[in-house]
Amino acid sequence: MKAIRKRSNAPIFWALFGAGGMLSALLGPMLVFITGIAVPLGLLLPADTMSYANMLAFSQNLIGKGFIFAVIALFLWHAAHRIFHSLHDIGIHAGTAAKLICYGGAMLGTLIAAYALLAIGF
Amino acid sequence: MAENQRTIEIEVLRYHPEKDKAPYQQVFQVPFTDDMSVLQGVQYIKDYLDGSLSFRWSCRMAICGSCGMMINGKPSLSCETFLRDYYPARVRVEALAHFPIERDLVINMEGFIEKLESIQPYIIPREARTLAQGEYLQTPEQLNVYEQFSSCINCMLCYAACPQFGLNPAFIGPGAMALLHRYNVDSRDGGKAERMELVASEEGVFHCTAVGYCSEVCPKHVDPANAVNQNKTNAAADYFLRFLAPKGGAK
Repeated sequence: MKAIRKRSNAPIFWALFGAGGMLSALLGPMLVFITGIAVPLGLLLPADTMSYANMLAFSQNLIGKGFIFAVIALFLWHAAHRIFHSLHDIGIHAGTAAKLICYGGAMLGTLIAAYALLAIGF
Repeated sequence: MAENQRTIEIEVLRYHPEKDKAPYQQVFQVPFTDDMSVLQGVQYIKDYLDGSLSFRWSCRMAICGSCGMMINGKPSLSCETFLRDYYPARVRVEALAHFPIERDLVINMEGFIEKLESIQPYIIPREARTLAQGEYLQTPEQLNVYEQFSSCINCMLCYAACPQFGLNPAFIGPGAMALLHRYNVDSRDGGKAERMELVASEEGVFHCTAVGYCSEVCPKHVDPANAVNQNKTNAAADYFLRFLAPKGGAK
């Protein structure tokens, strides 16, 4: 009487979602403040904080590269999972199509970020 | 007592599948006193106004889990919900949400019973013990780990509260998962590996989107949302670490 059950592959997406959620909760507000408020308005931070030279050096540093990649990729996977489940909640059960668009978008963003970070050199 | 008696309107969802095309609402004028529960209100209707009204009940004291209904849209045990709290407004009573209606306020619980069976809700002994070896001993700490989850009375209010069960009835759901967890974390039990197969399956915990309403409506203060979400972590660990463990997890 016990049915054969298919193992869910959800842990992969759930783990990326969880990691992205943790990261965005910890870093998101700080990043919005620095990049969107403090630097444009010239508050608190030196004027050249986000100058091209500084940002280029940051993205060419191995740790800086890792940081940028983690922030972009994990935020995207978090958003993709949240949007996919919210669609389901509001009654749009697009199934595979919605899955492809949400997670495909995150995957595409991840690949572009990885490519750009490698292309910019070390 | 007579001078305390007031009259409240009770709006009841009626449905007789053999006769009615669709469920409909019927309003009854019910005299009540301060000590009367919603269950006593519908019992008054059955006894004095319309004997054809069908509903489940038994203990009248929030122990048996039979009398769950949607009261003003909220999953509640009708025996511990009081008419005085709604007066002078009308109170609306409907069958539990997300379940097929058998008749009036009686729902078909077959799907839930199957789920209950599937979790093997009994201790599968970790090791065989003879009578001569005596009882299983357990420390207060070991009891604490599972005790709250053992208070479930299978009233299904959490299922009526769960939007994900509403969208997909195949989801194992909060109540069964709380009970599954109760046995999995019992120090005397050795059935975890078998039950994890269900936890990690496509019908398992990952349907949950952490709404938490299940725990809010539970009349026995079980926290099924907690059980479900602890098991997301367990299932994820099982998913990624199964290749490392010699006898790890489900296939």
